[in-house]
Amino acid sequence: MFAELFSIAFQFADVFAFLILSAAGLAIIFGMMGIINMAHGEFITCGIYVTVIGVQHGLPLPVAQACGALSAGLIGVVLERTIIYRLYDRPLDSILATWGISLIVTQGMLVTLGSSWPGIGTPAGSFEVAPYTFSTYRIALFVAAVVVMIGIYLLFMHTSFGTLARATMQNAQMARALGVRTPRIYAMSFGIGAALAGLCGAMYAPTMTLIPTMGVTFIVEAFVTVVVGGSNVLLGTVPAAAVLSVIRSSLNAWQGQIIGQIGMLIAVILVIRVLPEGVSGWMARRTR
Amino acid sequence: MLQLLGNLNGPQTIGNGRAFWIGFAVVLALAIAYPLGFDPYDVGNAAYFLIWIFAALGLSLMWGYTGILSFGQMAFFGIAGYGYGVISINLSATGGMTLLALAAAVAVAALFAAVLGYFMIYGRVGGVFFGIVTFATTLALAAFMGQTAGPEWAIGRARFNGYNGMGGMPPLELPWFGEPVLLEGTVLYYSILALLLVVYLGLRWLVNGRFGNVLVAIREDPLRAELLGYDIRKYQLAVFVLGSSLAALSGGLYTAWGQFITPAVMGLPSAAMPIIWVAFSGRADLTATLVGTFVLLLSFQALTVYSQQYALILMGALLLITVLFVPSGFVSGISQWLRRSHGGIRTRESLS
Repeated sequence: MFAELFSIAFQFADVFAFLILSAAGLAIIFGMMGIINMAHGEFITCGIYVTVIGVQHGLPLPVAQACGALSAGLIGVVLERTIIYRLYDRPLDSILATWGISLIVTQGMLVTLGSSWPGIGTPAGSFEVAPYTFSTYRIALFVAAVVVMIGIYLLFMHTSFGTLARATMQNAQMARALGVRTPRIYAMSFGIGAALAGLCGAMYAPTMTLIPTMGVTFIVEAFVTVVVGGSNVLLGTVPAAAVLSVIRSSLNAWQGQIIGQIGMLIAVILVIRVLPEGVSGWMARRTR
Repeated sequence: MLQLLGNLNGPQTIGNGRAFWIGFAVVLALAIAYPLGFDPYDVGNAAYFLIWIFAALGLSLMWGYTGILSFGQMAFFGIAGYGYGVISINLSATGGMTLLALAAAVAVAALFAAVLGYFMIYGRVGGVFFGIVTFATTLALAAFMGQTAGPEWAIGRARFNGYNGMGGMPPLELPWFGEPVLLEGTVLYYSILALLLVVYLGLRWLVNGRFGNVLVAIREDPLRAELLGYDIRKYQLAVFVLGSSLAALSGGLYTAWGQFITPAVMGLPSAAMPIIWVAFSGRADLTATLVGTFVLLLSFQALTVYSQQYALILMGALLLITVLFVPSGFVSGISQWLRRSHGGIRTRESLS
């Protein structure tokens, strides 16, 4: 009986970690700047490739993973300073621009890196709750998702950057009038979002086979989590991910991955009929 | 009758003067004359380019005229493509039945669009979220069709075959006195040209009429349109279904043309193509979309011969450049520039 319950909790935690890790970066960028980053999948891919290349060059896995997240973050900052900042007053066009970037990067990687790349195995073995065995690394992924959420909370609620960022989010013009350098806040937020995407890739790098188009594996989940969550990462993304993981993990167990994905999507379409601004928009309206 | 035709010209389309219609007649004459002296096989390939334009026109109507940015054109393309396969294979369709199968496939996709559109539009999901949900739906459909490899994935006699795609559906046939005419090569070209002409003129008529004026009002300011007493959701839903059905028409025709469809048409990078065509051409005008899409398809085909990857990189770069430097689109931009340099009368305000 305990083994069954543990198995259910494990499946839930696995999906929850996947949703949180893949959506966190997208949610921060959407929440701060109101733009959806269609190149999100490519930042994830960047994290994956840097991690794998790092490990293959002898770096310990956690160090390689940090490199993966950092490099995605740096690329994010550069991209924001060169292209994205021009599009803040045109949110729809920012989607198109980042989609263009996404196409260029994916196809560019196919040209330069070829269609496949040797992977690295999943570390840390497995453990057993009789009669089932579970991968230990999956627990690490769940821990990472929780750490990311706590980190975001601390960053936005307990640092001076967080205060400035929330001020900018609430009223950018007013913040600017009070001396906040909003362009710098935007660049840093975009960088943090990109780094979190990179971290997602870095964390899942050992579990996947590498192809340049693999970013697409993450983006459906990332997008729907952000759609259900709305613009607030902490109040939106976490409950959205929790609800969606219940749906997803039970459908997965019942009918398999693909039905799980489609069922989740249908749930999302039903939810937005009732909560068009997502969970956090609904909460904001109730507490107002 | 004349009054009805009068709606072909109006404030919502570029090109209303005599010069435009003379040019239009010349281009049409060239298009009609094109198959003479060409190999029927090449003419069949030319039909292939025309097939895609319906999806682009549908997107222009939704995005450029009404302000609904749908990333789901290829989803409806795929639904109708598979729909045509399932229906025509199961009916062993020949003759006029193939045309009915095509119509039924488009109807299935339209129904799907109506359901999806209802939830989003009546939930008042707009702007970026509309794009994201349609995008996620498209990718999920592609993933779903990709895993239908086993023999259990079939409707009647039509097997889905996963990533390898569905084949073996009959080509379109036109019922004719005595014997049905197979739509291929030159006959297919003329049929699709005629259909495109009807759709293009029909859409021009639609957007320049009362309906089109409401659409543009919704694009410019949804709240104001609503306060003026229009139930904008009805209009948005109608446009979403119509625009998506045009993509479905492309999908049905494409499947009948090649007698083949794979899930890749709904995946990436395919899903981005209608957006690129329409953004590059100038989303807020049907003529610009038609011309620009045709030019892009032609050049993309020419480049793909050398390297598909480089051709796609170029398409991505084109999208980026358009958004950054010519947000209203290249073809629209050129036509505006032409008009200004000739000191002509400005018949419409440029998009903000």
